[in-house]
Amino acid sequence: MIEIIIFSILLFSGFGWFAYNVSKVRYNILLGRDVDRSGNAKDRWKTMLLVAFGQKKMFTKPIAAFLHLTLYVAFVITQIELIEIIADGVSGEHRVFRSALGGFYTFTISFIEILTLLAFIGTVAFLARRNLLKLPRFTMAELKGWPTRDANLILLMEIVLIVCIFTMNGADEAMQEESYGFLISSFVGATVFNGMPQDTLHVLESVGWWGHFLMVLTFMNYLPYSKHFHIFLAFPNTYYSNLEKKGKLSNMAAVTNEVKLMLDPSADPYATPVSDVSPSRFGAKDVTDLTWKNLLDAYTCTECGRCTSSCPANITGKKLSPRKIMMDTRDRLVEIGELKRKNGNDYEDGKSLIGDYITEEEIWACTSCNACVQECPINIDPLSIIIDLRRYLVMEESKMPTELTGMLTNIENNGAPWQFSPSDRLNWANED
Amino acid sequence: MKVPTMASLLAEGKSPDILFWVGCSGSFDDRAKKITKALVKILNHCKVNFAVLGTEENCSGDPAKRAGNEFTFQMQAMMNIQVLNGYEIKKIVTGCPHCFNTLKNEYPELGGNYEVLHHTQLIQDLILTGKLTLEGNQSFKGKKITFHDPCYLGRANDVYEAPRSLIEKLDAELVEMKRCKTNGLCCGAGGAQMFKEAEKGNKEINIERTEDALETNANIIATGCPFCNTMMTDGIKNADKEAEIKVMDIAELIANATDL
Repeated sequence: MIEIIIFSILLFSGFGWFAYNVSKVRYNILLGRDVDRSGNAKDRWKTMLLVAFGQKKMFTKPIAAFLHLTLYVAFVITQIELIEIIADGVSGEHRVFRSALGGFYTFTISFIEILTLLAFIGTVAFLARRNLLKLPRFTMAELKGWPTRDANLILLMEIVLIVCIFTMNGADEAMQEESYGFLISSFVGATVFNGMPQDTLHVLESVGWWGHFLMVLTFMNYLPYSKHFHIFLAFPNTYYSNLEKKGKLSNMAAVTNEVKLMLDPSADPYATPVSDVSPSRFGAKDVTDLTWKNLLDAYTCTECGRCTSSCPANITGKKLSPRKIMMDTRDRLVEIGELKRKNGNDYEDGKSLIGDYITEEEIWACTSCNACVQECPINIDPLSIIIDLRRYLVMEESKMPTELTGMLTNIENNGAPWQFSPSDRLNWANED
Repeated sequence: MKVPTMASLLAEGKSPDILFWVGCSGSFDDRAKKITKALVKILNHCKVNFAVLGTEENCSGDPAKRAGNEFTFQMQAMMNIQVLNGYEIKKIVTGCPHCFNTLKNEYPELGGNYEVLHHTQLIQDLILTGKLTLEGNQSFKGKKITFHDPCYLGRANDVYEAPRSLIEKLDAELVEMKRCKTNGLCCGAGGAQMFKEAEKGNKEINIERTEDALETNANIIATGCPFCNTMMTDGIKNADKEAEIKVMDIAELIANATDL
């Protein structure tokens, strides 16, 4: 009975704490500007099914995609076993689904075990890839320190989860006179746990069971602090993907109003209320000037670095890294979100995304080639953040590389980015 | 060279089927002007009823927008839209993927709704409708051609096949670079980089891209963008390979193959 109570308290507080942290993340994301991503439900579901559920974009790197797939499928399927653990925990029964499901139960657990074994291999391979092979995209500057520890910690937690499952099932198998017939753990039971006294096996089974349950709660509650939150956020993030052509940048509505007034001298500037579209500033100085989708992107990023390894600026040694843009956006959002929650929505701390986190040098190195957007397996768009930061620098601070000032002046004065006379525009037609 | 302008057609009471949006590079840059002329030769050869805006054309605003100056972009866009709508333009072909992207994707919300084609798409149409035939041409027989995907044609607008189908029509061998289509590496000029020095790094992007092209042992690097053309040409000069490999626009390849 006491076990049921302890279990229920842990279960309730674990999920409760997770829900609290999710609400904090939601608050932070909604600090962003609004952007319309409604409508097109059919296309949105399709995108989500293909890109998040089907992991379509992962397969540009087939080995990583396969290893990732084993972890992903194992994670999804293992939830069945977790449901049983919860059912056992609150009822005090042992393998509560077994009698009802019979042979199908054996099949299901065996299936989970095969996937879990594959996931184990995948996890070890991922650990090796990061720590032994030292893949360039996992050893870049922005991953030094916490991000690397975060990544390894997640993989180690997964190993603990898997070891607990096999300890639980293996010890249970060894205790039985007649095997359950679970594909992997009947073998584990017969080899690892063979000959151990029943008491020891019972303890080991309990350790595995409780260990797995506690690890699940720990893992779940670690997610909102970690880059690993993508396992949930990939779904809404792909659902709310930009469905337009990648080349299309947003047209700022506030600017449209002003330009219309400028081009039409007879227009009455007070005729139409523009307040509903006037932003507090042009472009983005801080994360709160970005859209909620940009901020959702930042929380969804799992720091895989495919964006950065395809970025022409980064490949050629410039400071720009699209992954760092996403990491900085998230770090800044967590910081300012916490402060605003404590001190009210209008609180400012004098810091900003551009300047304190992202340097001007980084964003001016971007060629807007969309390689990062193309590569992201969960449709994150670093380019729109870069463009919004440029907009702030140019339109609010008039800060830009000097050559661009000249280019813009040329466009404004003579309708071309170079200093040519507009009257010479058709000269080519009369040249040989 | 016969290049009708919108104003002259209007004076004659005529209207074209398609407007050729030349772009600033195509109008002013010496290398890009050759591409413009190649396309005009093709249009005239196929008796396409086209016109240009001439001195009424203005920068599309792409580099201003990518540089973060939305004001300058929208000023340009609105002025251009006034001119285009004034002439009741329905269909546009551009000689530049940047103009193509901007006119096609960013003008509609500002009141400019046109069917916009990149010149490789128009040439492909001309072949499909039998107006242009490349049968029996020998100009590029046995040559290896690699295609450098302009970002604003490829990833930005998912046009990968039109330029490739034209290269295949040339009876030449199309060889792909290791990074191509959705994986294509930028030439380094997009996002207003064309007009500024690159930030500090250990290499220029166009050098990196030129190395991709040189690896294919192609005789010709084909592109569909005046900026890419400049960047790749500079890369080839830098590698001292001007004798071995040429950078040409698809329009030039087609014009050459048709002996125009």
